[in-house]
Amino acid sequence: MTRQLILERAVKEIQDGMCVNLGIGMPTLIANMIPDDFNVMLQSENGLLGIGPYPQKDEVDPDLINAGKETVTAKAGASFFDSAESFAMIRGGHIDLAILGGMEVSETGDLANWMIPGKMVKGMGGAMDLVQGAKRIVVIMDHVNKHGESKVKKSCTLPLTGEKVVHCLITELAVFHFTDAGMELIELQNGVTLDEVKSKTEADFTISPSIEIRA
Amino acid sequence: MSKLLSSFDSAIEQIEDGATIIVGGFGLSGIPEKLIIALRNKGVKDLTVVSNNCGVDDWGLGLLLENKQIKKMIASYVGENKLFEQQFLSGELEVELVPQGTLAERLRAGGAGIPAFYTATGVGTEVAKGKEHKEFDGRTYIMEKGIIGDFAFVKAWKADHFGNLVYRKTARNFNPVVATAGKVTIVEVEEVVGIGELDPDEIHTSGVYVQKVLVGTDYVKRIEKLTTANA
Repeated sequence: MTRQLILERAVKEIQDGMCVNLGIGMPTLIANMIPDDFNVMLQSENGLLGIGPYPQKDEVDPDLINAGKETVTAKAGASFFDSAESFAMIRGGHIDLAILGGMEVSETGDLANWMIPGKMVKGMGGAMDLVQGAKRIVVIMDHVNKHGESKVKKSCTLPLTGEKVVHCLITELAVFHFTDAGMELIELQNGVTLDEVKSKTEADFTISPSIEIRA
Repeated sequence: MSKLLSSFDSAIEQIEDGATIIVGGFGLSGIPEKLIIALRNKGVKDLTVVSNNCGVDDWGLGLLLENKQIKKMIASYVGENKLFEQQFLSGELEVELVPQGTLAERLRAGGAGIPAFYTATGVGTEVAKGKEHKEFDGRTYIMEKGIIGDFAFVKAWKADHFGNLVYRKTARNFNPVVATAGKVTIVEVEEVVGIGELDPDEIHTSGVYVQKVLVGTDYVKRIEKLTTANA
């Protein structure tokens, strides 16, 4: 299953001791996959650092939710704070890593993930703040859309969430890194060929030497 | 002098058509549910409402939408609300979408007497259009303005008679910054205690920001997404 493949690769981006923000939706699922022996503080932008597991039925508290509005718990060492301070943490570069969903990523690391023109606009929430503020931005998404078109573009066609903000892109086919030098393919997912990645990627990218050897 | 009032209706008596009202809460958590209902019952129209979200169809700020009292909404995320979509598409409702951190900071700035500030959030996006751009140390920022409201509606857990406030868990969210940004800040709480009964070290919002305090009963605290372990 492609989603599981993406999530299993994404969790490897999380290191022991990090403070991490996981975006709403698919990225939230990564929380359950973090190794038990890691001391990781997950941030929820509505004002919690140290998200715990979902509550037991008798622990449910409407005053304790995550940014996806789900009932959660707070783990040992957690702290609560207001929204301005929450985003001071984000904008001030105190969050080590944000893992976010994507609609399109460009070869220069632009990200579009908040609106589709012609459809009802729901709003950007905290995504524009996270992409500018967190130290490292990892985007997880399907490599192609339901019509088979590449979501990894020369330039994004959808309205941007941020320009040159993505550090790492993980899809069910491959992993790319972004630097000032451009976009580089650094890993192929298991069983995926370089030709398949090339044919399904609109963006121009260089190929890490380690991959040339495998391919 | 106590700021404690007994009637929600009289607490909002001075709010007129066209007022700007800043409302605390995130989703349906920590929303001033009794003040919103009182405002719905009062029926004032053409309101500009500043709040992170706009409730759901039949609860929270959605009640004001249902009653067509909101002219303009300033928010970061409004995706939970079908009425919102209808009124927006029909042109009845004006919307300004603001990144969540920028919204929080605009309220903080407004309450702190800071007219504007620079942030990288939104640079290179539609949010930046028409805004002043400025470079600091090689990075580009845009200018965002502080927000001050005619009224601020806040939900806290406890207050004393001076209006010192304590919030509970993530129901705090936007409420402390909202409290600072209203010309008249009206707070509803679950419990009021006497002056001196709150430890000064535990107070999240000083009563200096607060003009009126009300005690609500039978809080609904509706949960948007009930998630439990092993569910």
